[in-house]
Amino acid sequence: MSKIVLDPVTRIEGHLRVETEVINGKVNSAWSTSPLFRGIEPILKNRDPRDAWMITQRLCGVCTYVHSVTSVRSVENALNLTIPGNARVIRNLLMGAQFIHDHIVNFYQLHLLDWVDVVSALSADPAATVTVDRQIYSGRKRTSSYFSGVKQQLQAFAKSGQLGPFNNGYWGHPAYILTPEENLVFMANYLEALKTQMQVAHMHAIYGGKNPHPQTIIVGGITLNKDLTSARITEFKNHVTSAQNFVNTYYLPDTTYLLGRYKDYAKIGIADNLMSFGEFPQSSEEPSSFFFPRGIIFNQATSSVQPVDVGNISEHITHSWYSGSGSLNPAQGQTVPSYSGINTSGQYSWIKAPRYQGQPMEVGPLARVMVNYGKGQSATVQQVNSFLQKTGLKLADMYSTLGRTAARAIETKVIADAMASWAGQVQASSQTLTMPFRKTFTMTSSGSGLGLNEAPRGALGHWLNFSSQKITNYQMVVPSTWNFGPRDASNVPGPVEQALVDVPVADQARPLEVLRVIHSFNPCIACAVHVFDPKSKATFEVESL
Amino acid sequence: MEKDEKFEDPVEDKIDEMVTKKGVTRRDFMKFCGLMAATLGLEATYIPKIAEALVSGPRPPFIWLQFSECTGCTEAFLRSSSPFIDDLLLNKISLEYHETIMAPAGEAATKSLTDAVSKYSGKFFCVVEGSIPLAGSGNYGMIGGRTMLEIAQEVCPQAKMMISLGTCAAYGGLPAATGGLTGAECVHGALNGLNTIKMPGCPPNPVNFAALIVNYLLFSDFPKLDTLGRPTFAYGSTVHSQCQRRDTEWCLEGFGCRGPSTYHNCPTVKYNDKTSWCVQADCPCKGCAQPGFWDNGSFFNYNGSYVD
Repeated sequence: MSKIVLDPVTRIEGHLRVETEVINGKVNSAWSTSPLFRGIEPILKNRDPRDAWMITQRLCGVCTYVHSVTSVRSVENALNLTIPGNARVIRNLLMGAQFIHDHIVNFYQLHLLDWVDVVSALSADPAATVTVDRQIYSGRKRTSSYFSGVKQQLQAFAKSGQLGPFNNGYWGHPAYILTPEENLVFMANYLEALKTQMQVAHMHAIYGGKNPHPQTIIVGGITLNKDLTSARITEFKNHVTSAQNFVNTYYLPDTTYLLGRYKDYAKIGIADNLMSFGEFPQSSEEPSSFFFPRGIIFNQATSSVQPVDVGNISEHITHSWYSGSGSLNPAQGQTVPSYSGINTSGQYSWIKAPRYQGQPMEVGPLARVMVNYGKGQSATVQQVNSFLQKTGLKLADMYSTLGRTAARAIETKVIADAMASWAGQVQASSQTLTMPFRKTFTMTSSGSGLGLNEAPRGALGHWLNFSSQKITNYQMVVPSTWNFGPRDASNVPGPVEQALVDVPVADQARPLEVLRVIHSFNPCIACAVHVFDPKSKATFEVESL
Repeated sequence: MEKDEKFEDPVEDKIDEMVTKKGVTRRDFMKFCGLMAATLGLEATYIPKIAEALVSGPRPPFIWLQFSECTGCTEAFLRSSSPFIDDLLLNKISLEYHETIMAPAGEAATKSLTDAVSKYSGKFFCVVEGSIPLAGSGNYGMIGGRTMLEIAQEVCPQAKMMISLGTCAAYGGLPAATGGLTGAECVHGALNGLNTIKMPGCPPNPVNFAALIVNYLLFSDFPKLDTLGRPTFAYGSTVHSQCQRRDTEWCLEGFGCRGPSTYHNCPTVKYNDKTSWCVQADCPCKGCAQPGFWDNGSFFNYNGSYVD
């Protein structure tokens, strides 16, 4: 038996430590630790609830839109506000752009180097690489001189002796199984995707002013007015078209091909329970009009999607660095931070352990895609079936590292296609000196509200209480809290800790296989760590939906 | 075919080499050099010198540390203008340590940091993103078993140029706002007044960051800084004084715009390839590049209107 500590886990958002215990070449136990505590909730206290989104947005510069809209939804929920239709459409487009951007960056910049060996790419034959490229997607027109250019660029980089971010990678590890030509195709696409993600982010700049941290969100709608012209609407549509092209010709075929080469990962990093809050309202009727439905799957039972009742959510702190114990409803906590070092049989993380009906829940692309599938969301059903047919896999294989990675690409395709239609629904501003897509309202003195959202990494909830127009309590349960939380009061591991069990480790000094599973969850840890103001005496009522 | 005499120029050759090998067009490259000259307030005669600085010599080593942060500064950096983010990463700088981008993890990642600091001591550029938690003996922020404070204390003083990127590193930012429990401090404050260039903004503008690097490659020196440690080329005048909506009926001052009290070049440089910026999208400036911006009252005048 031996111990492997990965600290820092890199190519993620935020700070993460993962410890595993390996027996006979396989992980026997795993512990997920967040080593950073920022304490955003107490900072929110005593501020105007309408200002909260500015602060919650800064939970994460990667998921840069999701915490702003969820906060605003919690205030709109408290005030019982319905936003103008144009604001709803634009918010969906901003959210959709967030998904496309996030997922492309996860696959190419954050996850790909777990599957692709940069050093091997240096010995590729450019002419043979063209054949591989067209095998992945027949419509690609790249020539051997293109691939020889990429190869030369990588060679010059290697020869310079300044390997920068590629220095000390696990190159040559036996778990890298691609040919040099396959590796070169994917390295070329790593570089192409760097440019693509920059272009995709323009969508946020068009309707949000800038990216990261778009600014047009406001309680009651959006601020956009003078700049919301027909020319801007066309510009946005053109970006959607470019993004669709990239997804159709690169992201989806690349993912399908790569996973077809690593099919053993359909049996590694297993998922069990999945939860999705649902997203993309198509009218003011929520959640019934959601493009992605709300639901829960227990024990891989795809055909039996259950309804979600947020009253069933509790958070455990037995293994987290807070004083107190047991499990609490998301907003009743009186937890006080209390660091005591890493003790895997005691407390070992700043993240709490959220549970639904006492059970751990995986959230994110896999949860959405399987809930969509179980609910018969037609675009998703079609894409999942096409993926399974191309790779020769079964639906049950989706509950895995492979499925998680496939689901991310599949939903990007579904969302990008839907955005093409939503982008046509946007109305230009009539250019009058009012903010036409912001509903005016009277701010109440006190209230409580709940904002739910499906962020790219999964189910997200903000709970808000205020009185005298000042926040008295604010609580967030975010995707990486669900996925990367520690053991609960009954010592049951969190989803990532469970998924890591039985992962093979060929070389303990270079635990590449462990990284593959961790990155399939797309960790976003800055968001995941939360605490109440210890002085707060506010109680909180959670609505059941 | 023999080369035309006018191309017998090592810099021209290098630009040509880059154009053919790296998929960058000459037009884009020169456009980028022009943008850098404009951002730095340099005359057009500097454009060829900028081009030369960008294609000559070994790539300057960068060590990028992430502390109490949201990764928004890194994301902003990744939006560096087309086609230059891939080019920047592979051909302009040598990014020795950056947790979001680097291939190695765990001990192998820490080795990259240790190796780079010892190999380039006194020669590397250090970028810090995020503030540094000091309360509770620094235990609110740990990487590889060490506190963020310990890592900063060891690495930052060895840098040739120390850049506090974003409002958190420059001024403490959100973790240091009222109500915070972690004793978060800006880099300068946490490291007993260590000299650092401050590039605030939430997020900071990647064009200004690139201009800072170009300025160093050109002049081997820090740019002119104001009394708060900010480069004057980017933070020399107020948002309002450069704003397209100043003195028009579309001015957002009635909504509480902080443009008049915020020093930043947003209206001219804009964001995401000059696609837009806050005021253009009808959101009043919130003063994100100013010290204390999180605690300066409401971010929007909810009872306001265009015509005050």
